[in-house]
Amino acid sequence: MWRGFTTMLKRDLVLAMRRRTDILTTLFFFIIVVSLFPLGVGTEKEILRKMAPGVVWIAALLASMLALERLFADDHADGTLEQMLLTPQPVALLVLAKVTAHWLLTGLPLVLIAPLVGLQYHVGGDVTLVMMQTLLIGTPVLSLIGAIGAALTLGLRGGGILISLLILPLYIPVLVYGSGAVAESMAGGGELGAYFQLLSAFLILALVFSPWATAAALKISTE
Amino acid sequence: MTQAPFLEWRRLVVERGERVLFEDLSGRVDAGESLLVEGRNGSGKTTFLRSIAGLYLPLQGEFLWNGENVNDLGEGFRENLLYLGHMNAIKDNLDAVENLRVQSRLSGNPASDEDILSALAAFGLRGFEDFPTRMLSQGQKRRVALARLLLSRAKLWVLDEPFVALDVAAVDHLQSVISAHVEAGGIAILTTHQATQLTDNSTHRLKLG
Repeated sequence: MWRGFTTMLKRDLVLAMRRRTDILTTLFFFIIVVSLFPLGVGTEKEILRKMAPGVVWIAALLASMLALERLFADDHADGTLEQMLLTPQPVALLVLAKVTAHWLLTGLPLVLIAPLVGLQYHVGGDVTLVMMQTLLIGTPVLSLIGAIGAALTLGLRGGGILISLLILPLYIPVLVYGSGAVAESMAGGGELGAYFQLLSAFLILALVFSPWATAAALKISTE
Repeated sequence: MTQAPFLEWRRLVVERGERVLFEDLSGRVDAGESLLVEGRNGSGKTTFLRSIAGLYLPLQGEFLWNGENVNDLGEGFRENLLYLGHMNAIKDNLDAVENLRVQSRLSGNPASDEDILSALAAFGLRGFEDFPTRMLSQGQKRRVALARLLLSRAKLWVLDEPFVALDVAAVDHLQSVISAHVEAGGIAILTTHQATQLTDNSTHRLKLG
């Protein structure tokens, strides 16, 4: 059963490596959005430090949104998505493989680039580490929830904007607790454990439900 | 799997948009038979084929594989099914071998590289194995998609316009591949607008519209 998962994961990674621009767009988008704030509101350390948690998380939401539209669109256009639904593999597992590949290519780079943001916003080493941890737990949730939206809007005209309208409200809990955790660590970090437990709970919930919901949505969209 | 497989459909009603394409359609194909689905453009041939594959839900009625509802069988039916639609379902940025390797693994029946190469050679693609398929012509892409037939263990082949874009030699070859599959106890259901040689006793016709 896992052979289906690894085959799909490998296929998507190989395809992405052959069109690297797609990966870089998300990453550069994130860097640019994050860099715009100091230019706009000035470089006063205190203000920047205060804004950092929210800015990082909002930029992460938007960046992950940007790449979502492509998640199933190419496979839909060339017919491989249809074939994916016709294999004896559980569709939810193949969906999970695609989302995993998507996260490795668009979510993980954000985690790795976070220290740069930490420097830009003068937040210090400990807080940067917390920021990376929240992104590590939170960005997979974004990819998993986003997959449902991508599947539902597949083949629709103007699907990109529709995804945003569908999915951004669902991102709110991750935004609240992700940026909340970073802010908490700046304020001393006494309640940090609770934030991480909640974020992890979101991840587990998303892992369990999102692949099934996405698979069901794909079946509707290909009809 | 000792029993000879068969596909049956009962009292199908299929609508597309508001238009009823066909009503109360029942029939069956047995192992060792092929079915040519005929009809003018828009008569519902593709919709019928997609319904078999479960990509389209009929308004009423059901498909039965060996007497069991295909939706209940789920994966048990899909491992017996090979569906080839209008789209070739190959990735442009992968080469022919990579495409077939992925497909055969996902179908639960991984093919060795030797088998893949010989399937490609049988469809006249020797020498084109390691080109990204976006460099191939329409007909060659179709051949890559059709090479799947030779790697599959599926009993039921559902082929939507398989002869499109193929040259004369490839059409002949495909016909012999389909005949061989049927003679070996498989089932083939296909649509085509071309005159075909698949007209022996084992070929049935279904006229839609």
